[in-house]
Amino acid sequence: MLANQIGYYSLILGLLLSVLLCGVSIKDFNRGSKQISQDILSLTFLQLVFVIVGFLSLVLSFIKSDFSNETVFNNSHTTKPLFYKISGTWGNHEGSLLLWLLVLTLFIFLFLIKSKEQPKKYRILTLLFQQIIIIGFFLFVLTTSNPFNYLFPIPSEGLGLNPILQDPALAIHPPILYLGYVGTSIIFSSSLAAVTQSYVSKEWGQHIKKWVLVSWIFLTIGIMLGSIWAYYELGWGGFWFWDPVENVSLMPWLTLTALLHCIIVLEKRAALTSWVVILSITTFTLSMCGTFLVRSGILNSVHTFANDPARGIFILIFLFILIILSLGIFFLFHKENSKKLNNFFWLSRETSILINNWFMMYFLAVVLIGTVYPIFLDVISSEKISVGPPFYQKLIAPFLIPFLLFMSLGPRLKWIKSKIENKRSLIVTFIISVMLTFFIIKNLTTDLLFYTVLISAAFFLFFTTLKELFIKKFNNISQTVAHFGFSLLILSILFNSILSSEIITNIKIGEKYSYSRGEIFFKKIEENKKNNYNSIIAYFEIKDENGKIIELKPEIRIYNQPVIITSEADIKTTLLEDKFLVMNLVKGNEYFNIRYQIKPFMIWIWISVLLLGLGGLISLFKTRYEK
Amino acid sequence: MYGKKVKLRFLFLVLILVSAILIVFLILQSLKENVVYFQSPSEIKSLVELNKNKIRVGGMVKEQSVSINSNEVNFIITDFKNEINVIYSGAVPNLFAEGKGVVAEGFLKDKNYFLATKILAKHDENYMPPEIKKAIGDK
Repeated sequence: MLANQIGYYSLILGLLLSVLLCGVSIKDFNRGSKQISQDILSLTFLQLVFVIVGFLSLVLSFIKSDFSNETVFNNSHTTKPLFYKISGTWGNHEGSLLLWLLVLTLFIFLFLIKSKEQPKKYRILTLLFQQIIIIGFFLFVLTTSNPFNYLFPIPSEGLGLNPILQDPALAIHPPILYLGYVGTSIIFSSSLAAVTQSYVSKEWGQHIKKWVLVSWIFLTIGIMLGSIWAYYELGWGGFWFWDPVENVSLMPWLTLTALLHCIIVLEKRAALTSWVVILSITTFTLSMCGTFLVRSGILNSVHTFANDPARGIFILIFLFILIILSLGIFFLFHKENSKKLNNFFWLSRETSILINNWFMMYFLAVVLIGTVYPIFLDVISSEKISVGPPFYQKLIAPFLIPFLLFMSLGPRLKWIKSKIENKRSLIVTFIISVMLTFFIIKNLTTDLLFYTVLISAAFFLFFTTLKELFIKKFNNISQTVAHFGFSLLILSILFNSILSSEIITNIKIGEKYSYSRGEIFFKKIEENKKNNYNSIIAYFEIKDENGKIIELKPEIRIYNQPVIITSEADIKTTLLEDKFLVMNLVKGNEYFNIRYQIKPFMIWIWISVLLLGLGGLISLFKTRYEK
Repeated sequence: MYGKKVKLRFLFLVLILVSAILIVFLILQSLKENVVYFQSPSEIKSLVELNKNKIRVGGMVKEQSVSINSNEVNFIITDFKNEINVIYSGAVPNLFAEGKGVVAEGFLKDKNYFLATKILAKHDENYMPPEIKKAIGDK
């Protein structure tokens, strides 16, 4: 109860500090001194402390199961394990917005202490733009989604957290993803500040690159965690469904990746200034759009916590204000730096990075249209449609071929003007890739030509980056590792989708199901009582072609609060393949519905995403070291 | 007339414009092919001609209508005005039960039989997809 009050008032104090900070920093902006006043730093720190206090008091209410708090009542339960009581803090609308706010204030504070050698006016303006976003979110939290609403009379028990959210991967998925999402706010604010100060330069590029990298790494890992969770918890056996909620996180990732590449052009050659700024604005806008689409209840999914139209409208208005503000600033202040020579020859590093950006924009367009079109159609004609995975696969897969080829050649080019070196070794690598692919694919698929070309391209990138890793020692290791990771990702996804096999059947206890490649035997079930759920564990023996038997134990859990049945898949992971068995209950029936899948190279998908992140991490430390 | 540079720029612009138009056309075209429409049992009954494309049907699973054997699950989807028989072989989500909302994706055999290829899972007992709300109407 006390925690409730403390949390609420510290949020109000945080909002007041925001307003105060705006005033103080405008005053300081016009003062003559070279460094920004110490007051600003202290005030930002104080604001961060208040938000932390607010956040911690919500965490405390969750730990103590204080049901006088409406958020806790709606999303927690006394029998829940402590770990999920804590993670329940951000497993709901109000708490997750508080987390947004926390990251926003944390990042601006870090920005201020990490940017001491930057121009004073630029730093103050960044702070101002960031405070505008922070004020918007404070108002949003306090007016439409207060996490500290008081309930009376105090209920004796809470409603509980949706069991499929009670999972370790999903407990850390939101904070990590938010660090990426909200990290783009700093890029947004500082690019606007840099535009107003005509500071979009090499130095700025160098300094903001670190922030781009940090957001990118967190976003990459955050998306991966969500994907892993979907793989083992939703029981479909896939890792990416082109669900609108997934797409919404992929879109800022695409623009951020584009930004990551063209910021290098800015850093090294002081070119593409407008493009960098536009990408910065777009990335943050897409992050905000994501929050809007997911939180407003327009998209249905686990992420949609509540259907309150006021919230949607608030975010929508706020979003429009931000877009208009940023575009206004961009057109009023931005001047293309025409004095410097930024011409480049068609065959150069610059061109290759531009090509990367064009591809990214194309992928973005596909994902954006596929995600937004159903919403759009619903609004204008109230017709309900959905856009399925074939749409994305058909539009993205063919374009991956040139994308992968450019990715293998691009990094070998030099700045300004270049020619392709080592033609012979490239050709040899290419021929090896094609031959290898042809022999692997020959007997596997009907769509021979298409897959051969696509996989050859992926192998080409795989071998060129692999060679780079071994021969040219640590030349540009971050880039090579990341590109190698990407080629591995594409290869594992492709082989995974071509080689996967699946058996779906309904089966009774004691029955045997035989199919061409083996046998599934349903041995027995065992019932267990746990604190917050009852579980049915089934024992299956699966014999493969070679007569080898493995035992898989999928589980069905019947949670008590809220009453929800979940299936826990049992997965045997090896380096070569995952064996995946999930079982479902059909109510009032002796049959169990099972789905057995063999998914080759599953673990390599996660490993390659980790490699992508590692590439980013190396680059981050390298830029720090170079300074 | 114009300098070489201007001509080159012009060519470049035209190239971008043409490829942009092509890409938009490509996206819209495959959108048309891959869109899945949502229909209620009543809408299907009132169809003039049968749609060959993949559709989604939503409504409630009729009480006492689920029957299951080793290959198939059969049930009836109703919107309390009309109903349709569904034949399905595949994985069934846990929250699939008689008297609960359901969305099935697949192809129409005729106006009374629907061959489902997928049954969509819900995540929450109390949650009802907007599609089903629409299909059932103001019950």
